[in-house]
Amino acid sequence: MDRLKGKVALISGGARGQGAAEARLFAAEGARVVIGDVLDDQARTTAQEINAKADGHAAVAIHLDVTRAADWRAAVEACQREFGGLDILVNNAGIFNTTGLEDTTEELWDTVVNINQKGVWLGMKYAVPAMRQRGGGSIVNISSVAGLTGSTGSTAYHGTKGAVRLLTKAAAVQYGPEKIRVNSVHPGIIATQMIDIIPREMRERFTQVVPLRREGTAEDVARMVLFLASDDSSYVTGAEFVVDGGLTAT
Amino acid sequence: MDRLKGKVALISGGARGQGAAEARLFVGEGARVVIGDVLDAEAAKTAQEINTKAGTRAAVAVHLDVTRAADWRTAVEACAREFGGLDILVNNAGIAFMGGVEDTTEEAWESVINVNQKGVWLGMKYAVPAMRKRGGGSIINISSIYGIIGSPGSAAYHASKGAVRLLTKSAAVQYAQDNIRVNSVHPGVILTPMVEQASREQLQPVINMAPMKRPAQPEEVGWCVVFLASDEASFVTGAELVVDGGYTAV
Ligand SMILES: NC(=O)c1ccc[n+]([C@@H]2O[C@H](COP(=O)([O-])OP(=O)(O)OC[C@H]3O[C@@H](n4cnc5c(N)ncnc54)[C@H](O)[C@@H]3O)[C@@H](O)[C@H]2O)c1
Ligand SMILES: NC(=O)c1ccc[n+]([C@@H]2O[C@H](COP(=O)([O-])OP(=O)(O)OC[C@H]3O[C@@H](n4cnc5c(N)ncnc54)[C@H](O)[C@@H]3O)[C@@H](O)[C@H]2O)c1
Repeated sequence: MDRLKGKVALISGGARGQGAAEARLFAAEGARVVIGDVLDDQARTTAQEINAKADGHAAVAIHLDVTRAADWRAAVEACQREFGGLDILVNNAGIFNTTGLEDTTEELWDTVVNINQKGVWLGMKYAVPAMRQRGGGSIVNISSVAGLTGSTGSTAYHGTKGAVRLLTKAAAVQYGPEKIRVNSVHPGIIATQMIDIIPREMRERFTQVVPLRREGTAEDVARMVLFLASDDSSYVTGAEFVVDGGLTAT
Repeated sequence: MDRLKGKVALISGGARGQGAAEARLFVGEGARVVIGDVLDAEAAKTAQEINTKAGTRAAVAVHLDVTRAADWRTAVEACAREFGGLDILVNNAGIAFMGGVEDTTEEAWESVINVNQKGVWLGMKYAVPAMRKRGGGSIINISSIYGIIGSPGSAAYHASKGAVRLLTKSAAVQYAQDNIRVNSVHPGVILTPMVEQASREQLQPVINMAPMKRPAQPEEVGWCVVFLASDEASFVTGAELVVDGGYTAV
């Protein structure tokens, strides 16, 4: 219950889905959590639910558009003001679409790249100085199995998730000496609102190629992120963690 | 403290080093452990120390040469007889050999391949039926970063650890239907008797190649193995967990 005791975490895209599952699990393990999202109402509800369950002030919601440096600065300041510092960053916010290479417009491309990729870089840029003040930290970047293998569509999405994979390794190498660990997580098919756009029959067909024969849950991923956030993974950095029911093992 | 409550684990090479650290952590998390090793006296001592600390008979040592099918059969039987079944197998036993392609004798080649590679296969072969009886299980195969990247020597070791990496994925795909998860762990430089054979001058340049610029304690691998062994990793199979202080991110 105390695997993150005394730690402060900032979770982007924490209003719902995997980010919300991580916020709940982190708070249950003794952390205090700042939830940053563009969905302000939902972020507040999630924080409220966590506080109602925890004894005391464990979660705070803040408006964070990951593409805006000013928002990141404010989010990191909120961690310090509300909870005294920052130890853990989960770069979880992301958007998904299935558009293929030729059908992708420049506008769509820029939007996906800004949120999924530039957002991750900005998050690290503003979190690192705060972590340095604490003598170290753990950054968990949510990539995807789409950052490891290709598919017939989702071109911009694949590009951004591949970028996050290597951005993670670059940051791990740069900040290893400062005891800031940086790792990427690669979820497979996870049942959140993000994949509601995939038709049901197609999801059933996907599930048939997953060796564990099921979609993952947000909690399945959250437990991996907890491991990487905690000191259990103290010698783990620059590494990639698939949570995909065996999908990429085939 | 109860992350492995009610589970029974078999750890090969559990007499000392990483295997012994895993045995201690597993029992601390509520598991019961069978330690199999060729170092009989050391294995018995490790089990005794664990039992003294736990105040109950939570660990048992058995003679296990991982290259011998008969020994594996006995070890799995010991799990059933002593603790009622088998849920977790850690294929941890291994030997290091520094020789390059030309200066490896056939004898050295066979012994490294037998212990590090055939031993892992045999372990799974005899553990799977026992796990099936329990409705599932978790197998953790200890490979190495030398199963992912090359180095100027250690040809047979590289080959054996690379084999373990893919053997793991193949078993993961095959046994997902039986609810048996199979994952590989890839440690970097870990302070155990295996590397303590080398002098500090030999070791330091290798250690410095990792961004964290330090070697790890065996417990830092042990916690990764606890995670994979536990139900926290319920959607994780066929995956590789690198614990190397960033070594392979460079
Ligand atoms: N669901 C899957 O199958 C799956 C698979 C692999 C990877 N992922 C990744 O997991 C992460 C979490 O996704 P999810 O499955 O929980 O989906 P989700 O859509 O439920 O959650 C994504 C969250 O990110 C927020 N967000 C979007 N744009 C933002 C912005 N500009 N600034 C701040 N927040 C923003 C959303 O409001 C939402 O709360 C994403 O990075 C996604 O790419 C998901
Ligand atoms: N120490 C490192 O830096 C490092 C790095 C990467 C991978 N590894 C791997 O980690 C695993 C554990 O090694 P360690 O670092 O604890 O070293 P270690 O030498 O302390 O432990 C290895 C154990 O395996 C046992 N063993 C050897 N041959 C055996 C056999 N035929 N049958 C049964 N047991 C046998 C040994 O007796 C010993 O107890 C090995 O597979 C090793 O290759 C170690």
